[in-house]
Amino acid sequence: MKFFEDIRVGEADDLGSHTFTAESIKAFATRFDPQPFHLDEEAAARSHFGKLCASGWQTACMWMRVMIDYRRREDDERRGRGEPVAQLGVSPGFRDLQWLAPVHAGDTIAYRTEVVEARTLITRPGWGIVFVRNSGVNQHGVPVISFVSSVFVERRNKGRQAP
Amino acid sequence: MPRLHWEDFSSGQVIDCGARVVTREEIVAFAAEYDPQPMHLDELAARDTPLGGLIASGWHSCCILMRMLSDALLHDASFLGAPGIEEVRWLAPLRPGERVALRAIVLESRPSRSRPGMGFVKFRFELIGASDKPVVSLVVNSMFGRRPAAEQQTHQSAERQVQDAAEQQVQDSGVARS
Repeated sequence: MKFFEDIRVGEADDLGSHTFTAESIKAFATRFDPQPFHLDEEAAARSHFGKLCASGWQTACMWMRVMIDYRRREDDERRGRGEPVAQLGVSPGFRDLQWLAPVHAGDTIAYRTEVVEARTLITRPGWGIVFVRNSGVNQHGVPVISFVSSVFVERRNKGRQAP
Repeated sequence: MPRLHWEDFSSGQVIDCGARVVTREEIVAFAAEYDPQPMHLDELAARDTPLGGLIASGWHSCCILMRMLSDALLHDASFLGAPGIEEVRWLAPLRPGERVALRAIVLESRPSRSRPGMGFVKFRFELIGASDKPVVSLVVNSMFGRRPAAEQQTHQSAERQVQDAAEQQVQDSGVARS
């Protein structure tokens, strides 16, 4: 992870993509979101979705996985260049999550993140908070998910005045 | 035909959706698949992270909430999904062995203007942890089918019906309420 001081509003990263299989859609739904339209092709065909679709939570959780894998590759490259790596902190939450279109078996979702706000907090001297708009687009270019999340990022300049 | 429809939810209603214990094994298994960060994977590595110990991924807490909600309420409701989530706040860490209870609060209910057979119910869900404070709070506008005219309720209040259904599901699914 970059240090907080190096993060700029407007910068964006293409994080990578994930292909959802029928097996993974059903397995996730069985554990966490057992609605008929996530579990069974025939029940999904009778539902308003028309065919099997992934739990929206799975689409969101997969953003997290793809993001973590991307940050890990970045950090490995930084270490390879002998550069320091900032710690990614906890997240206070997210807002405005929209499931814009269903994700069906065989769909490949490309995830992206864009910085919309970054600021320091008096109550967390070693950290800054970064707000990002996250999105996922399927192989036809159709957006399927969008949300704004926040996360604490380590500051290089710990506990001193914001630059 | 499901027991619960849009008509069974009304503003101000509070529904107890049962409780369960979250294990270390499920925290680590979820993290390995969806959120492989040290604080969710390994006690030793988690010691050096901001919260100083193994904690569940925030996404995992949402998924636990979703499953408890499905078992308690949605399983027997004409639930049609949700177009999104207004807000999720991760308020406190969720640790291995912690007991969580799910509370659903109905904030608002309105019929759909474009689809007469459907209505919206806006909920705040709170997963209450060991300190009796929410570990996660989630606001969502859910869609439910409306009750067919032939099945209108007569003798039982909607509120009683919802709580009964939640309790029945919790018992049926064998969820511990200790």
